Amino acid sequence: MDCWREGDVTEALLEIEGLTKRFGGVVASDTITLAVPTGELHAIIGPNGAGKTTLIGELAGEIAPDAGRIRFDGGDITALPTWRRTALGLARSFQITSLFPDFTALDNVALAVQARSGHSFRFWRDARQETGLRAPAQAALARVGLAERAHVLVSKLSHGEHRQLEIAMALATSPRMLLLDEPMAGMGPEESARMVGTLRALKQSLTILLIEHDMETVFALADRISVLVYGRLIASGAPAEIRANAEVRRAYLGEEEEARHG
Amino acid sequence: MTAWLSVRNVVVAALLTFLVLVPVLSSFTGNLFLMTLFTRIVILAIAASSLNLILGYGGMVSFGHAVYLGLGGYAVGILAYEGIGSAFVQWPVALLVCALVALIVGALCLRTRGVYFIMITLAFAQLVYYFGVGLDRYGADDGLTIYRKSQFPGLLDLSNRAQFYYLCLLLLMATIHVTWRLVNSRFGLVIQGARSNDRRMQAIGFPTYRYRLVAFVIAGTICGLAGALLANHTAFVSPATMHWTRSGDLIVMVVLGGMGSSFGPLIGAVTLLVLEEALPVLIRIITFPFIGQMAFRVAEYWQIVLGPLFLLVVLFARGGIHGLLARGRRD
Repeated sequence: MDCWREGDVTEALLEIEGLTKRFGGVVASDTITLAVPTGELHAIIGPNGAGKTTLIGELAGEIAPDAGRIRFDGGDITALPTWRRTALGLARSFQITSLFPDFTALDNVALAVQARSGHSFRFWRDARQETGLRAPAQAALARVGLAERAHVLVSKLSHGEHRQLEIAMALATSPRMLLLDEPMAGMGPEESARMVGTLRALKQSLTILLIEHDMETVFALADRISVLVYGRLIASGAPAEIRANAEVRRAYLGEEEEARHG
Repeated sequence: MTAWLSVRNVVVAALLTFLVLVPVLSSFTGNLFLMTLFTRIVILAIAASSLNLILGYGGMVSFGHAVYLGLGGYAVGILAYEGIGSAFVQWPVALLVCALVALIVGALCLRTRGVYFIMITLAFAQLVYYFGVGLDRYGADDGLTIYRKSQFPGLLDLSNRAQFYYLCLLLLMATIHVTWRLVNSRFGLVIQGARSNDRRMQAIGFPTYRYRLVAFVIAGTICGLAGALLANHTAFVSPATMHWTRSGDLIVMVVLGGMGSSFGPLIGAVTLLVLEEALPVLIRIITFPFIGQMAFRVAEYWQIVLGPLFLLVVLFARGGIHGLLARGRRD
């Protein structure tokens, strides 16, 4: 159980301590304690309904935990609203694509750039003409490989492109840490491969907490993996350790087997 | 086809030219009614444009927008009644009162969403409406007659119909221009983003509540200006100005004309108010040969025609009339 403690030696960017959330009788987060050091790509895996998205919600500030604390860069953020956490550099992407469909791809990202460049009580100048917003937005699009699709309406982009745009938007808030909620959800193999490439590049400069269903991706990308089952972290460690962990095999990988046969 | 020579632009240009020429036409034909009708249209188009800012661009379906028409009117009416006739006092007071009420109402209502938002704005509108009914000193239910129009000493004479009309038209153009600048500014993109996906806006770091609140206050204030104009136009203000059906009329104008377009509310106001006048006459003319005198009775039910017309626009032209005119340009 204590195998992740060794991670505490390096400085933790994100620290979760005893995080608990109940929905009626269901315990979605059960005293979760976890530290993600700067520069790490930490993956959280677990069967459906394990409470992964709830955890992201708590970290992003959309779901208030019943107990426990969240610290980001040394400061307690447990009670901060979402937009304040984003301002501190903790950005999330959504599992279900959550964009502004009647804007172009560039508009979407430019809005995220605007979010971090001071207040937006500017009433007169055409925001679509501001290079200060458009240029960084274009750069974020390029980072996820969407540069050519900048002026296409979001409602006209493909599913895979939506997923990439999700990441570009999170990037445009110039975060220090990304919370990625199933970035490969619903992608074909080709799109997935491209996304893995993108994530690998992002890993160089960002701390990432990744929730993902696709095991291949997780084991290929993650520095460390934590396993969440029924709201509890049952193991945490390097990919090889997790693969070998008996409890994990029984609780999670075993269940996958069952699911395949059932 | 050159970009600027689109159907939409030609129609808008024709409409604006017509609006500019109304006083000329009116004096040539000696038709005073045309002038009265279009002064009213222009004023309500200002109110509808202000509603469009929050309804069309901000996605806030306020079912109490006529309250600001009434408040602006009462500010003018009450001050005139108390002997303060200067527009330089009356109008700023009208705007200030509306801004303040919008701030309070908005601060409370914007904590809710969807149907709840609609219902709570309606509830506040009813509250203010009954407050007006209770104003015994100022006519209560019967309303307040304004014997003297707002005074612009040495500048303008609002009793001069043409001067008043052109002032209204100028203010309408200013409103449309300001709204257009607003919605394309950083501020405007934030409220449009919040309409489209508020959760995401917060996730990328916007405290959307305060932006939506400011939009709500701006809309209420502009509508207060329309209220001050309307009171001067009719020389009268009563609680009926704030009745929820009037708020409904404003919504119809915005939706009919085209939500989220600069000229939509104007097009909607012209269409709705002209149809209100024209439909009874049309029905009379069409049905008279068949049913004789009965035609006059039938014409009273002109709304039976207007209702389905509105329904058709909502069902088949999501961008309203403006959307129909501009069709095929965006995709």
